[in-house]
Amino acid sequence: MSVTTFVIVSVIKTVIALFVLLTAVAYSVWLERKVVGHMQNRWGPSYVGPFGLLQPLADGAKFLLKEDLTPPHVYKPLYIAAPMLSVIFALTSIAVIPIGNWVDIFGLHIPLQITDLNIGLLIILGVTSMGVYGVALAGWSSNSKYSLLGGLRASAQMVSYEISLGLSLIGVLITAGSFSLRTIVESQQGRFWGIIPRWNIFHGQEVAFFIYLMSAYAETNRIPFDLPEAETELVAGYHTEYSAMKFAMFFMAEYANMITVGCLATLLFLGGWNGPLFGPPLLQAILPVFWFVAKVFAFLFLYIWVRGTLPRFRYDQLMAFGWKFLFPLAIANLVITALVVALRS
Amino acid sequence: MLHLVLFSVFGAICVAGAVNLLVQRHPINSALSLIAVMASLAVEYLLLGAEFVAAVQVIIYAGAIMVLFVFVIMLLNAGEEERVGGSRVAIVFGIPGMLVGSVLTAWVLLRYSGTSGVELGAMPGPPKTIGWLLFHDFLLPFEVTSILILIAIMGAVVLASREEIPAPGERGEV
Repeated sequence: MSVTTFVIVSVIKTVIALFVLLTAVAYSVWLERKVVGHMQNRWGPSYVGPFGLLQPLADGAKFLLKEDLTPPHVYKPLYIAAPMLSVIFALTSIAVIPIGNWVDIFGLHIPLQITDLNIGLLIILGVTSMGVYGVALAGWSSNSKYSLLGGLRASAQMVSYEISLGLSLIGVLITAGSFSLRTIVESQQGRFWGIIPRWNIFHGQEVAFFIYLMSAYAETNRIPFDLPEAETELVAGYHTEYSAMKFAMFFMAEYANMITVGCLATLLFLGGWNGPLFGPPLLQAILPVFWFVAKVFAFLFLYIWVRGTLPRFRYDQLMAFGWKFLFPLAIANLVITALVVALRS
Repeated sequence: MLHLVLFSVFGAICVAGAVNLLVQRHPINSALSLIAVMASLAVEYLLLGAEFVAAVQVIIYAGAIMVLFVFVIMLLNAGEEERVGGSRVAIVFGIPGMLVGSVLTAWVLLRYSGTSGVELGAMPGPPKTIGWLLFHDFLLPFEVTSILILIAIMGAVVLASREEIPAPGERGEV
């Protein structure tokens, strides 16, 4: 592949990936409102378009047209930079996420992924660990007590849960023997006894999946770990002082992070795009992507389900759960996985 | 060619961030400049082909340690520092002296250390190589370092919880 083709293919892939991701972000907001609405015996959005399907567009227009207030007491450079940082880091991780196998199109053999790095997983971890700055700086630069408390809680919480998150992934890395997300998915092909798929979640990593799930909720500041923006005590936490598009950027970052975490769970534990293939060649080419999207969707649905079900933790419970339960459990899981792999080889 | 351009650009960002770290009066701006330094250092590692080290640099330094720095600055709500006038001797002799010293060191290293420019990929890059080096060739230093860090953590815990555990002699005084 020549340099020109490479650049063109990469640009096209990036544009498509960003478009799909942003649309998915908009519609996961719709999905959340709809599902939570039905759980609470309401209809959710239903006026704009059929089933309220055009609601995200209306919301987007509203955010763009609203007056962008900047409170007088903020520290301006960081106040403006914080939402940008949030959204940049949230959207960057999509670059290394593979959504399917290779495709042959116009005589080119291209992977369904913007770029395949041999340290793909580490890139995602690095980008998500930088993502905390958006929230923390927003809380600090707003110069208001609620925002500051929200920012403080966010940075403490994300640093604490990042450890168990990282440790839960190492088990998968040991079994797959690579940091490349594509290789990890390929290591989960096949079935046990012809029935159960050979996904990592059925392959000794059940506990790791549980730890990952809990830490992922905490990392994305979702209920029951949404203390940084606990409405009942902190107004809106770190984004109290934000309005219009700046607020929308935090919102987008939160949902983009949810989708990233869902993609990662699918790739690492749920077998990625592996699934039953059947039918004509065209259908067989599309099915892997369909399985991938279906798994991510199931994960997002679980997120929303939990949001509609569980109350919020108290702050000391949050820290105790992270450090005294998840962290030792993650270490035990790591040691046992390493022992089993070492004894087998 | 592209490597040289990237190296110069990120090297410049690195130095500019380091200078900005000293010049800025607000601690949070200094902390952010330090993050910029760490991130551009990671890119320099990447240019050498040490992708694992680059990723770890971002995750550990820029992502975890600096978050704690920012956290502490936020928690203490540290305000702007007061500018101390500084001595004129330091400005007249210190800065040129430092410049001459660093240029001299760089020249001596380039001239007499016997190494030429580092090629791309000359550093141990892939995670497998790093793992092999850490757990095979440098196993003893690695383990000793981990014990050292463990002792440091225990020391921090002892210092932090000192007030809650009364010493045997002090019990009657309160």
